[in-house]
Amino acid sequence: MSARNIGIVYKKELTEALRDRRTLITMFIVPLVLFPLVSVGFGAAIAALIGKAKEETPQVMVIGGEDSPAVLAGLKRVPKIQIVPLESNWKEQVVNKQVPVVVEIPEAFERNLEEQNEQTILIHDYEGDLKSETAKDKIEKYFNDYRDSVIKDRLAARNLPVAVLKPFEIKPHNVAPPEKSGGALFFGGFIAYIVVFLCFNGGMHPAMDLTAGEKERGTMETILSSPISRAHLVLGKFLLVLTTALVTAALSVISMAISFAIVNTLHTKPIQAGESDTALHIGFGAALSVFIMAIPLAVLFASVLLTVASFAKSYKEAQSYITPMIFLVVLPAIAAMLPGVELNLKLALVPVLNVSLLCKELVIGTYHWNYIAIIFVSTCVYAAAALFLAVKMFQRESVLFRS
Amino acid sequence: MIEARGLSKRFQDKKRGEIRAVDNVSFTCQPGKIYGLLGANGAGKTTTLRMLATILEPTDGTAVVCGYDVVEQPEKVRANVGFLSTATALYPRLTAQELVEYFGRLNGLDEATLKKRVDDIFNRLDMNGFRDRRCDKLSTGMKQKTSIARTLVHDPPVMIFDEPTIGLDVMTARTITAFIRECRDRGKTVIFSTHVMSEVEKLCDTIGIIQSGKLLAEGTLAQLRQNYSENDLEEIFVKIVAPHYVPAEAL
Repeated sequence: MSARNIGIVYKKELTEALRDRRTLITMFIVPLVLFPLVSVGFGAAIAALIGKAKEETPQVMVIGGEDSPAVLAGLKRVPKIQIVPLESNWKEQVVNKQVPVVVEIPEAFERNLEEQNEQTILIHDYEGDLKSETAKDKIEKYFNDYRDSVIKDRLAARNLPVAVLKPFEIKPHNVAPPEKSGGALFFGGFIAYIVVFLCFNGGMHPAMDLTAGEKERGTMETILSSPISRAHLVLGKFLLVLTTALVTAALSVISMAISFAIVNTLHTKPIQAGESDTALHIGFGAALSVFIMAIPLAVLFASVLLTVASFAKSYKEAQSYITPMIFLVVLPAIAAMLPGVELNLKLALVPVLNVSLLCKELVIGTYHWNYIAIIFVSTCVYAAAALFLAVKMFQRESVLFRS
Repeated sequence: MIEARGLSKRFQDKKRGEIRAVDNVSFTCQPGKIYGLLGANGAGKTTTLRMLATILEPTDGTAVVCGYDVVEQPEKVRANVGFLSTATALYPRLTAQELVEYFGRLNGLDEATLKKRVDDIFNRLDMNGFRDRRCDKLSTGMKQKTSIARTLVHDPPVMIFDEPTIGLDVMTARTITAFIRECRDRGKTVIFSTHVMSEVEKLCDTIGIIQSGKLLAEGTLAQLRQNYSENDLEEIFVKIVAPHYVPAEAL
């Protein structure tokens, strides 16, 4: 009898949910259309911006250097920069981003080189500005190379081998598989964040509509006058909220896998030299395990959402309670994205943060089975407690008929 | 059959302290009769009826509906009661038929019985024209019919109406009063609340006058007329209620 009643409520709520535009938007449109558009679009825009900055030929002004023709001539040969005549308001022009960099060559630079005096080349740049930094990098590279050649000449003049200055090399060697390196870890954290956020977001509207919304529309009294017990009623509603949360989470994982695949085909070359050129992708196994970990989390979310929303008298009131909760949920998910925040026994017990951290590992294909067990069980415990609370709240007259 | 025995409901209010919404109310409603609960706004009518329908739980006392105690077996009580008020709205995104079927299923009807029952009710109430129309697209009259169909689908022996005609136009209100009479003629126990004197005069076999949560007088119209030596129900009502009356705004 009880399973039958819960099923009847669930079926009816599902019918209504599938006819509700707002539910359809959060459940299907956001993860399947909006999210890929934003992420692919954003990624493409960044790649385009960086590419453009690199392709551009920045203008460079030079202060001094008239007495050092060789250096100046070398500077003019640096590919993809354009030396323009110095103007007196050069500093202002850098600040106003009219000129990306100004190079200051000290007086009698070449003579001082001959005499082996200490001196400094100044590159006036606009820190943090992409164009200025690319130009600065080019100039810096030129002078570094120039300095190296001077050193080499000096060593040769004294009949010393180059190894005098470099008795040994230091070279980091990354043995972490490329798919598990830093960039991939951040990417894993980002996926966890999206799953956590969309999972919560997917359950939000139905939870409010099915409780506070029903009170507001007057259907609560109608349904309470039917023989179904309040526990069965709230469980049926809970199952619907859980469904929307899980469908949203599942669709977001799938759509992310697809959109990253698309991004990868669009930008086959690595975005920045030196950065690991691992293709961002989610394998089937990773997607499935992230989804499985999202199940107890979705139960937790659905129960908490129902508990809070059933307290409200109207949909609007429920919104004012639940909107701030988004931050509570998203904050641990963002914390999980920070580098250095790694799973440990204590963090494995913090709700949301634990699943986010684990998802980050799962995405890159690491399975810490002991943590998986701890996190799955602890999240299930929180979820069960929250569900129990939701059922209890729904049976209280002071909650259902709050005036 | 409904028997209220010392039914009481107290609420805690932060500003006003304890409120006795219903205070030790006892009465009996017989099958085939209409019991009218007459009172001003805030008199305790809705709370009393909600307790009979087990939507609210009494603080003290109890009521027996069709042999089931409202405190001990609320689900059994609800299965034997049809509850209708202007507050009992319909699910906007279900069609009229889906809505009635939903409540039929919640009342434990099997699919075969349900289909027969729904067809029968839709024919009787002349609802086939909007069977598949969503409830949020129905006119007020159609909504009322759908609500009636909802309360009838499990053929309950007891009907509870909480101010069923409030805010309705004359024609729709007449559908409801006709329906209340029909329930009585079919031998159901009917209780309804109102503050409209003419409805009570036309419909009720027994009248209970309630104010400040207390049942102040009870009897047939003739008995009340005799006891208070007045012919007009409104005059009788004022005579009974005036000493206890606190305007709703003052509460």
